[in-house]
Amino acid sequence: MKFRTLKRHFNEGAKNIWRNGWMTVASVGAVTTTLVLVGAFLALMFNLNQIATNIEKDVEIKALVDLTADDAEIEVIESEINKISEISSVTFSSKEVELANLIESMGEEGNSWELFEQDNPLNDAYIIKTTDPLDTLAVAEQLEGIANIQEVNYGKDVVQNLFRFNELARNIGLGLIIGLIFTAIFLISNTIKITILARKREIGIMKLVGATNGFIRWPFFVEGLLLGVLGSIIPIVVIVSGYLYLINNVSALTQFTFIELLPFNPFAWQLSLIILSIGATIGVWGSVMSVRKFLKV
Amino acid sequence: MIEMQSVYKTYPNGVTALNGIDVTIEQGEFVYVVGPSGAGKSTFIKLIFREEKPSKGSIIINNKDVPKMKWKDVPYLRRDIGVVYQDFKLLPKMTIYENVAFALEVIEETPKNIRKRVMEVLDLVGLKNKARFIPDELSGGEQQRVAIARAIVNHPKLLIADEPTGNLDPDTSWEIMKILEEVNASGTTVIMATHSKEIVNTVKKRVIAIEGGLIARDEHRGEYGYEI
Ligand SMILES: Nc1ncnc2c1ncn2[C@@H]1O[C@H](COP(=O)(O)OP(=O)(O)O)[C@@H](O)[C@H]1O
Ligand SMILES: [Mg+2]
Repeated sequence: MKFRTLKRHFNEGAKNIWRNGWMTVASVGAVTTTLVLVGAFLALMFNLNQIATNIEKDVEIKALVDLTADDAEIEVIESEINKISEISSVTFSSKEVELANLIESMGEEGNSWELFEQDNPLNDAYIIKTTDPLDTLAVAEQLEGIANIQEVNYGKDVVQNLFRFNELARNIGLGLIIGLIFTAIFLISNTIKITILARKREIGIMKLVGATNGFIRWPFFVEGLLLGVLGSIIPIVVIVSGYLYLINNVSALTQFTFIELLPFNPFAWQLSLIILSIGATIGVWGSVMSVRKFLKV
Repeated sequence: MIEMQSVYKTYPNGVTALNGIDVTIEQGEFVYVVGPSGAGKSTFIKLIFREEKPSKGSIIINNKDVPKMKWKDVPYLRRDIGVVYQDFKLLPKMTIYENVAFALEVIEETPKNIRKRVMEVLDLVGLKNKARFIPDELSGGEQQRVAIARAIVNHPKLLIADEPTGNLDPDTSWEIMKILEEVNASGTTVIMATHSKEIVNTVKKRVIAIEGGLIARDEHRGEYGYEI
């Protein structure tokens, strides 16, 4: 295809937007509605994902050393721990440090624990982080198998529930978004099909004049692309300004350190780009699908 | 340029429209196709530009084997053939200019040549001043002239017209006939199916009469031969 023909197709596609009047409005409306919903879901999902990742990062395993273990045995423990490949860091925390942490975390009431400073009942401990938080359970099991480890703590229920929640949230969100996108494609291709039924005759005429399928299809491709882009304008404005509002007014939430919304810049722009791409894809797909079956004339 | 040998056409619904057609048409001829309604004239014409495929038989046009042609090659066949219909078949949302230009855009002509050539043919059919109108704003005769302009704009070797004057009054019909004769005079083969006894008997040309799917008569400078 020559460049001037490509130009002609873009011209023709743009003209069709105009020529189709109300049908254009209907198609753009379908895309707009979908994208507002998809955009909101995406924003929610990305943030949930971010929060989940933050929490996952904080997951650590504490392995308590037997009170009876001597220095030599402690060294063996350390080398055993270092053999586990999934871990990213190991920190030794002596029983004195553990007690100090405990006293501090209890505030006022902690003072009474200071009595124990002479006769510390706590264990020495290793604090372990895994490279992938999902390996927490497996690593904990391995730690339990090491001699002279008395106990392994990692907030079992919390971790398991969190992982389960994250996965569920991701899958449901993804399912919803895919469902919405297909609904939109269906809507737009139906809308275009209504105009196509009127255009079926026109396509037949074009073929009689010697137009190839590609020649006929191109303006539809362009038209779909433009419909999708037009349909993303309102959703982008709504989502970006909504997100800005949320970030500025939901500071109340941020007192929980792990609930930290993704920063406006660059997230809002990335999200806009995603919305625009989805819009363009929906438009092109809907448009090209609807013209397909009329081409064999 | 056109050679048909024992061509049969039976439609999927079982109707046999053509029952063994043998015919040769040379470059530059002007041919009327006449016959009663339902005789198979339109079917005969549709076979030429592969709007229909024959059930049996061979059709060679400009050395191309039309029935064996692949789908993707059909558009290229049609670019060498201008087609004019009783119902004009113009694109309703495009202007007269755009309708005619379409046939040149398809063959990727340069915008400059398109402009020049479109105005040239619109001038030829006397519609230069209506280039910006849409088909609905034109009379039947004017629309048919646009259809002819579109059919000849890319200098096809062959122009086929299926009852081009079927919807027009006698005066307008004569105008159309005059344009078709001019097109033929410039070397283009013209095949025209018609019910106009007056035209056939006045402007004498080769007449092929089809009856019941067979060629009943094939005469140079022939007569219409039917009452209507
Ligand atoms: N697409 C079609 N499907 C089925 N039958 C058809 C079709 N087109 C034409 N016919 C039948 O074929 C016969 C010839 O039709 P046609 O070629 O249109 O004749 P004419 O143009 O001479 O009036 C008629 O009986 C008509 O009903
Ligand atoms: Mg007919």
